[in-house]
Amino acid sequence: MATRVGVEVSIALADAVKLANPDVIAAYPITPQTHIVEHLAELVANGELDAEYIPVESEHSAMSACLGSSATGARTFTATASQGLALMNEVVYVAAPMRLPIVMAVANRALSAPLSIWCDHSDMMSVRDTGWIQIIAENGQQCVDNIICAFRIGEDKRVLLPVMVHLDGFNLTHVIEPIELPEQSEVDKFLPPCKFPLPLNPDKPVAMGDFAPPIIFTETKWAQEMNIRSSKKVILEIWNKYYKAFGRKYSPVEKYHSDGAKVVLMTMGAIGETASVAIDEMVAEGQSVGQIRLRLWRPFPFEELRESVKDADVLIVLDRAISYGGPGGPLASEVKAAFYDQVKKPKIISFVGGLGGRDITVAGFKDIVKKGIEIAKSGSKKEYEIYGVRE
Amino acid sequence: MAKSDNELTWKDLEIGYIVTEPGSARQYESGTWRSQRPTYDFKKCIKCGLCALFCPEGCINQNKDGNFEADLFYCKGCGICARECWTNVIKMVEEVE
Repeated sequence: MATRVGVEVSIALADAVKLANPDVIAAYPITPQTHIVEHLAELVANGELDAEYIPVESEHSAMSACLGSSATGARTFTATASQGLALMNEVVYVAAPMRLPIVMAVANRALSAPLSIWCDHSDMMSVRDTGWIQIIAENGQQCVDNIICAFRIGEDKRVLLPVMVHLDGFNLTHVIEPIELPEQSEVDKFLPPCKFPLPLNPDKPVAMGDFAPPIIFTETKWAQEMNIRSSKKVILEIWNKYYKAFGRKYSPVEKYHSDGAKVVLMTMGAIGETASVAIDEMVAEGQSVGQIRLRLWRPFPFEELRESVKDADVLIVLDRAISYGGPGGPLASEVKAAFYDQVKKPKIISFVGGLGGRDITVAGFKDIVKKGIEIAKSGSKKEYEIYGVRE
Repeated sequence: MAKSDNELTWKDLEIGYIVTEPGSARQYESGTWRSQRPTYDFKKCIKCGLCALFCPEGCINQNKDGNFEADLFYCKGCGICARECWTNVIKMVEEVE
């Protein structure tokens, strides 16, 4: 029986990777991801994990090594953050159309400049269109569970896609939380061995990532799109199997007091836990407010999102990133698109905050909800509100 | 018979567009790109093979008489062979239908 222990989230995440028994880890350390890969290197060096650990010279090389390793059918893991993710960007795009089920943890951190090591979601948004499945954790336990599920989802023969597991830098990576690590035998039962259907093999040669002339390129891209869209039902199925095996339930849009609520606050990542305390207080005060937390960024859960706010008149969306000169927060932009052609829809109010590690407190979230309601009533000429900026 | 490229739908593609037939790029007729074609005055050819070394397509080989000649299925008509030939064997001419 698994026991709950107090452990740093990065260490627990690395231990979850160990439980998944990867064959290859290729990574370059970068704050705030460092403890994840340090601990994995330690496990390999101590002989506790039988895997190849490739200490590469850059993130571009890390993802390149992961492509090669995954293409042979080896279970492959890496982790990065911010500038590291930006440096590997070119190669990140390659994994999904080649159908390589690499799992990557991304310790969300602001992109330069100015230099910031603290959390926001600008790095996560920069890889939105790379074709990876993107799952977001809100706490340490979710990181562990998401990692184990990520290998099973990515390697499922109906999916065969790379999976990013996002966790907020410092807010999650460097905090100690009570976390239950499943037993090895339970994980072995849940996670079958990795079997890539057409691996690199000298006895049966194949070519991957090949040249596609205009006559076939559109077909390859549509195949990729159909692939990630159809992966959602497999993700739901695997999360349900995980629930049956381990007792923790996952859904693309997690609801918190949102059924029947007239005003709903939407968050993504660790900051959602602070927001939920604000929601508790406002519910206790008799307000009709609730919260939804997005756990699946790609494929985007359109139906689940619409269903989760069916009773709401106002939907306040908090982004931790800006699409400069554009519609505002990337999440709010997506949410607005999801409702554009719906007959019944809430007023969608976009807030950006929590940039580069700026905290939003419980009082701050109450303030955001209050302002959001006012804007919904009075209207606004601005595309979005920025929360907490000194003007 | 297998479908040709312009008949393939996205469902017909191998997973991840993986190519399972070794050497299948040989079926690709890059010769259709050509607007000029090499012609030869083999009397001048000293069989040095410099044209074959410079050919970016690697499509120049010795014919049955030992002279170097481009395979027009692959030759893109770049003219590098004509420029490099010492003895002016090769002359590029416009492709006409």
